[in-house]
Amino acid sequence: MVITVASGKGGTGKTTVAASMADVLNDCVYMDGDVEEPNGHILLNPEIKLTEKVFKTLPSIDFGKCDFCGKCIEVCEFNALINLKSEIILFEEMCHSCGACIYFCPQKAISEVPKEIGVLRYGTAKDNITFFDGILRIGEPSAVPLLKRLKSKIENGKITIIDSPPGTSCSMVEAVKDSDYCVLVTESTPFGLNDLKLAVDVLKIIGIPFGIIINKYQPEFRQLEEYITANGFDLLLKIPFEREIAEAYSKGILPVTYKPELRNHFKKLMTEISGKIKPEKVNAG
Amino acid sequence: MPDKSYKQIVVLSGKGGTGKTTISAAFTGLIKSKVIIDCDVDAANLHLLLKPERITSHDYYGGKKASIDKTRCDECGLCESVCSFDAINNFDVDPISCEGCGFCFRICPLNAISFNQVKTGSYYECLLEDGTKFYFAKLSPGEGNSGKLVTEIKKNALDNLPGDLKWVIVDGPPGIGCPVNASISSADIVVIVTEPTLSGIHDLKRLVELIGKFNLKSGIIINKYDLNQDVTSQIYSFSEECNIPVIGKIRFSKKFTNAIIEGKSIIETDENIRNEFINIWEQISMWGK
Repeated sequence: MVITVASGKGGTGKTTVAASMADVLNDCVYMDGDVEEPNGHILLNPEIKLTEKVFKTLPSIDFGKCDFCGKCIEVCEFNALINLKSEIILFEEMCHSCGACIYFCPQKAISEVPKEIGVLRYGTAKDNITFFDGILRIGEPSAVPLLKRLKSKIENGKITIIDSPPGTSCSMVEAVKDSDYCVLVTESTPFGLNDLKLAVDVLKIIGIPFGIIINKYQPEFRQLEEYITANGFDLLLKIPFEREIAEAYSKGILPVTYKPELRNHFKKLMTEISGKIKPEKVNAG
Repeated sequence: MPDKSYKQIVVLSGKGGTGKTTISAAFTGLIKSKVIIDCDVDAANLHLLLKPERITSHDYYGGKKASIDKTRCDECGLCESVCSFDAINNFDVDPISCEGCGFCFRICPLNAISFNQVKTGSYYECLLEDGTKFYFAKLSPGEGNSGKLVTEIKKNALDNLPGDLKWVIVDGPPGIGCPVNASISSADIVVIVTEPTLSGIHDLKRLVELIGKFNLKSGIIINKYDLNQDVTSQIYSFSEECNIPVIGKIRFSKKFTNAIIEGKSIIETDENIRNEFINIWEQISMWGK
């Protein structure tokens, strides 16, 4: 069973919610999918046991074989290759590693070479949380290949919680797709509402059931709850806007560790979510 | 390139939700002779505060996507075997996973795959009340190539600037990936908005490492600085280490959030914050000379 925590807007509290869910479940897997700016380790303090380098493949041209026919440039949709007549240059950050240039080269002059895009880390947090995160190499444009590698570590049997990157584009979709359920975290501001709607659009397109948590809840911003009610969405939890919670977060402390009432809410929440997921999916892991 | 009259400021944060958009809106309210571009194309918010009037809208074509004609397909499976993006299953292309490489289209022995440009977003040219041009975009849900949309909206804005313009303000996306790179490209000044939380400083350090590759004038604004004085001091030490000055700090206050709820710029609602922004702007404008 895979539950992803996503948001649209950054800074609404995805990591706080995802880490709190892991903390109350304890026997589970937590994956930090925000590989551009991973913060889950700050809140869960894992003991890292293993670090694995992750590579993507880039084309490398053997100029002993290349006759500058230009086929590789013709088949590259991303304009990652340019022909300087005496040399063909690759713009690494434009390359999507699709492999078309390698396949179509008539001289078989192009081979694959690995390029490090970041690392995966594996460890244990609290008592029994299996912890994974990914750290994208700075300057690397796409988070998607690293996220795919991270998600390849999902195993059946345990509940896996994925902390998604913000936004609604390719990396968020990569984190969320194939999940059994998604928790959308929003906040009581017009920004939170606007970006919640965008995230809902994505989940509807890829067909993933979801519920909503309002973090930094302020009752005076009524439009948010009106939107949730009018659309018949599940409002799972409201976490109040309190300076105390913000201060604890600033030190890397989860609110569920010192607020017993909130801890109970999260426990109930996890039971509720398990109930929402189709039984065959729970059995299948 | 001819000398340009203006300086381009990009507002970034690494971590999301530190206050980029609110701060960009505050600059918008303070200065004259400016053009504003919201480059957070996945989740644009600045228009909610600036309430612009849309003048023109443009379709954004982020790239091509493959599509299989079932009547011609004999299910040989070659397309699926060469797709690096797991976008083909059961002889059907998932348009969200398809990155538009065209490998399947080129390799299909029966020419059963079409490969065409698709619209994956829109961007808008707008006017603010004071006549300022404002640009923002909407990427279609779940689409990729957000960096390319950032490049396109910036190009559209920069190609149509008034001749004697002084400032271009770019509200950037969170993170450190491709749309951030595209936002920094052609900028002169980076304003980094951070917060004194362990996550905030962690993400700040990664962003500064990225910005280092561009060699630009930069300054740090610490939002909610009184939330954690220890981390605020750590940010000051880091600022000295990396030689990027702290140009302002803003108190943790519900006023900040309430201003957003009321759809107002923060400088309209609090005199102290307004003065702090005037002070921040004085420092930035010195760099513009």
